[in-house]
This record gives sequence, C-alpha cells and structure tokens, in this order.
Amino acid sequence: MSSPTTAGWFGPFGGRYVAETLVAALDELEAAWRDARADGAFLHELDRLLSTYVGRPTPLYHAERLSDDVARTAGRRAGTIRVWLKREDLAHTGAHKINNTIGQVLLARRMGKPRVIAETGAGQHGVATATACALFGLRCEVFMGELDVARQAPNVLRMELLGAQVHPVRAGSRTLKDAMNEALRDWVTHVRTTHYCVGSVAGPHPYPSLVRELQSVIGREARAQLFAATGRSPDAVVACVGGGSNAMGIFATFVDDPGSSAVRLFGVEAAGHGIDTNEHAATLSRGSVGVLHGAKSYVLQDEDGQILEAHSISAGLDYPGVGPEHSFLRDSGRARYLAVTDSDALAAFSSLARTEGILCALETAHAIAALPRIVAELPERHEGLDVLVSLSGRGDKDLATVRDWRERTGAAS
Amino acid sequence: MTSRLRAAFDRARAENRAALVVYLCGGDPDLATTPALLDAIARAGADVIELGIPFSDPTADGPVIQEASARARKAGATARGVLDALASWRRSKSPHADRPVVVFGYYNPILRMGDAAFARAARNAGADGLLVVDLPPEEAGTLADACEAEAMDLVPLLAPTSSDARIALAGTRARGFVYYVSTAGVTGAGGVDFDAAAARARTISDRLHLPVAVGFGVSSPDDARRVAAHADGVVVGSAVVRAIAGGDAAGAPARVAQLVRDLRGACGRA
Repeated sequence: MSSPTTAGWFGPFGGRYVAETLVAALDELEAAWRDARADGAFLHELDRLLSTYVGRPTPLYHAERLSDDVARTAGRRAGTIRVWLKREDLAHTGAHKINNTIGQVLLARRMGKPRVIAETGAGQHGVATATACALFGLRCEVFMGELDVARQAPNVLRMELLGAQVHPVRAGSRTLKDAMNEALRDWVTHVRTTHYCVGSVAGPHPYPSLVRELQSVIGREARAQLFAATGRSPDAVVACVGGGSNAMGIFATFVDDPGSSAVRLFGVEAAGHGIDTNEHAATLSRGSVGVLHGAKSYVLQDEDGQILEAHSISAGLDYPGVGPEHSFLRDSGRARYLAVTDSDALAAFSSLARTEGILCALETAHAIAALPRIVAELPERHEGLDVLVSLSGRGDKDLATVRDWRERTGAAS
Repeated sequence: MTSRLRAAFDRARAENRAALVVYLCGGDPDLATTPALLDAIARAGADVIELGIPFSDPTADGPVIQEASARARKAGATARGVLDALASWRRSKSPHADRPVVVFGYYNPILRMGDAAFARAARNAGADGLLVVDLPPEEAGTLADACEAEAMDLVPLLAPTSSDARIALAGTRARGFVYYVSTAGVTGAGGVDFDAAAARARTISDRLHLPVAVGFGVSSPDDARRVAAHADGVVVGSAVVRAIAGGDAAGAPARVAQLVRDLRGACGRA
C-alpha cells in the first residue's frame, strides 16, 4: 500500500498534471527506467560509480556527545539515547543529491539526450547535476532563483567551474518554486533533446518513484550499518523535508518492509519565522491539497488556489510544495511531520558544530533541531533508543548566511 | 445538440474561413476593463474567446502571458473575479455578448474550488467550455464529468509530441473543438513552422471529425493566414495581450479591436 497502487499514485497523491507536450517525454523516461533497472550492466555501472566515484557507502556515525545533549534537552537520562548520523555530507559534492543525479544522467545518456537541465534551490542539486554531466560529457544548464543565486554564491561558482550554465530566474518569489517553473518551460521547449533531471521526489510521475528509488540507497545502507553495530532496527528515523528526497531516501526501506512498522518515521519541515506567521515552508503542517509542478500533493496556497511564497533561511527547504509520497505518509499516519524555525535550526547548526565537529547544511540542521522533541515522543526503553538521522549535506555553502545571522542577532558564539 | 463552440467553427467553415480564437488574460490590466475587452474582441470579429484565469505558476506560458497573469493578480484578479467579469459582459445589452467563451487556465484554482463547483460557476457565468493546460486526459476524468453535467465542453490539447494513441484518447470526450499546440514550447514561442502545424491539425481534424484550432506563436496576420490555409481555427494570445498592455487601460479595447480586425481579415481562404 505504500508504493504506488497504480503507476504514479501514492493513494490519492501524485499523477501527471503537465502540458500535453511533456506526456510523451514522461512516458519515454518511465520506459527507459523500467528497462534500465532490469539491465544488469546498467545497475552494475551505477553501483560501481556510487562506490568508486561518490564514495558509498557513506559512514554511519554514533554521535555520542550530540546524543547526550539531545537526551538532556528531552529530559532523559544520559546514555538512554543513541543518535546515529548517516553521513551523506561525506558523499562526493557534499550532499545526498549525487545519488540521484548519477542515476538520472546515466539514464539521459542511455536515452541519447545530449542536454540535461535541472532546477536548484540551495545549489546542491545543481552542483550534483553539473558534476554528473561533467563526468559523462553532457551539456548542463541549471535554473536557480535569483534570491538563491545570491545566498548560495559558492555553489553558483562550483556549477560554473564544472562547466554548467546557470540561469538566474527573476520571476515570482525568485526561489526554488520559480526555478522549477522555468525548468519546465525550458523542457517543454527542448523536450526532444533534453532530459530534465528533477532533484526531489516531486514533479510528475515517474519522478517521485524514480528519485525515491535512486535515493533509497541511503536507508538500505544505514539500516544494514545500524544492524551491524547494534543488532537491531532504529526506534526512529529522522530527516528534513523540503521536496523530500533525502527523507524518502532514508524512509523507503522502512516504508516498504511490513516488518518495520514499529520504526517511527519523522520528517522535519522549515517553520521559517513560525508556522503561525505567513513566512514558513511547512507544507505538510499548514498546507492543503493542490496541484503544483505536475503532481497532486499538499501545497501552500490561498483561497483562490494561487500558490503562496514559502520562506526558510535554508534555500533547499524554501518550497511551497512537497513530494506526493510524503503527503500519503502523512495522511496514512505512517510518518509524522514536524516543523522547526529558522532560529532553532541555526542554534542546532552551532550545537552540532560544537558537540561533534560537523558543520551541517542548514537544511539538515532542521532535523537536528527537532531531535529533542522527537525523542520526547518515544517511549522510554531500558536498553536505550536508537535514532537514525539523515545528515543530508554539509554546511560550507551556508557560511555566509550563518555569518549574516550572527551579525544580525549579535550571537557571540 | 451542437454546442455553441462547435457552431462557431461550423459557421466559419461555411464562410470558407478559419475561425478566429482570441485569448485574453482575465483581470489584465484590471477586472473592471475585462467586460469592455471581451466586447471589443467579439465586436471586432473573434469567433471564440479564450478567457484566461491568472495563476501564480503559469508553467506553459512565455513571458508575455506570465507578465499579464502577474499584473492581473497584482490588480486583485481571482478565478471568481474573472468569472464575475464574464457574467457581467453576458448580462450587458451588447449584441455581441453571446459569443462563445472558453475559460482557460491551470488546474489548481479549479481544484481549489472543486471540479463540480468550478464547472457550475463557469457555466453560470456564461462559459461554453473549459481548457486546462496542465490537465491531460488521464487526469481529467472528474472535470470532464463535471463539464458534461453542465453541458460544457472540456477542450483537449494536443501537441507535436502526441502519439496516435493519445490523439484518439483526447478525442474520446471532446465535443466542441481540439486545441493543437503548434510547437513544443510555451505560449508566444517564435520560429514556429505554421505550415507543418496546420497540416498536422488537418490530419487530426480528419481523424477525430472535430474542428482543430492551432495556437502558440501565432502573432501576425501573416502567421494567421498560413495557419488558416489548412486549419479549422487560429488561436492568437500573446500578440493580443501585448496590444492590451501597450498603453493605458482606457485605450485597450480600441487597440485590441484593431489587431483582432486585422487577424480576422487574414482568416479567409482564397
């Protein structure tokens, strides 16, 4: 029941709400993927690249000082919480995004498409797409909101150094939503020669399923690594959710396994200035069902069905939609979704740096910030609780944002 | 019963010309001007009018219609407001106020109101059909049912990338006409091969036994003439929006009327 019942649907969510022109390309992609995943040579090449180029498996790290910090904040005894960080920040290019782009760019090559386009928010997906395209010698163009171009400048330079062309998008909110609009417009115009490398488990079918499958390596590895270390399954799995690809990547193996129904799944959205303000990106906490970017899912919208602008200090979570499977997991109760404000995420960013020596992405910092609240919801266990967290990306790209915030708030340390 | 949309195409064909379909974005420059623009477009000879509902994320539109949509929203246009403007024109004493109108837009504002409620509201406002850019036939079931219940046409879109199977699928529930997108691209696209598009439209029309109108990128009377040579209808959008935006609101009806007259003159067949 957790995977699409009919192709492209997660319960009532998903589908293909796109211009007619694109339907043929989505059919072509779906067929190419069906073909490729049954092709041993393709899967072997993907595995080989994930291990020799991306650096998989990424480590699973028991963060002891963070664990004690979380236990203390949650009012639990020290030693009763074990936080395990799945280190996607150590994958090549510094985030989980590369798991998806290597797979999709391999597919693009297989389909004979010489040009790849992508949308990007924080720039991590843009960098990962540019990287994969450089690896295979394909042309790469990335659409990025003008506001994100400014706040994620290092990633813009990285994409350019990798040979990609970055198109700043000046329409609308000048963030991820509008970058995706512009990528769709480009795709419809160059559909015969271009593969659109969608960066999240969002968009029209087959993207939510395709990206989920390419990212599911995160959860499969983590589950095996945790079992090897502890002999047990995690009590909870935690990940930040913008479009939701790192979360689906770490959730998938638990969602698909009926024997894992006791493993609690938690997604953490961006509450921006607070979910009771108009400036947040908490689509699953505060949104309603709508259609955006080709799929039916929860969206932030007004009474007239106009999509609202989201807000988050983290460009990768600053999106008024969410992947359709998350909407399904929310409504079915399989996963629970919380929201964390900008300032709590920044505090968690600092705290992870001080306790563990890890500068994480601001997106990831939302998941870290939610840990005490999540732990407080879990029943106590004498032998201690194991909490698996997707450390989705590293924070180098966010240093300017963090510096501005420290200056603005006068944070001394 | 033949719909008013179908009848408009039949009439044009009887006069040995293509039907002229004119798009405008509802609420641009403001809702108060929309009824006057509808009337000016009808009076100048448009056979069918496509009335756009502004949307925050118009992914199928080029810059001209994106900007019109943004202007309309900024001036306070909503889906209900645009339908009210249509109703107000229908109630006017204008001799042209019975011209068929297709409400044109994206799916989310419709879904927000509810398929059945939106179809009813559109019908009550005087719409003859709906055209939803991001709703291919596979997802259009409930809205098609709602339109049928209100005796409205849900106009399907076909594109150069549509397979024979998809052409047949689009034809299964179409009654008024079919919109053929001239090129893989967004509205207002340049460099379209109109002769090829019109020929393709002819083939589709023969296969489905329905009139087929060709849109996307038709901006001048010359473009219209090339499309009209083979196709049942010619759709002009971005050029009309540009004429509306090319001066003050008060002068917009006169500006657009001039363009529509020129386009209508180009729809005849030799």
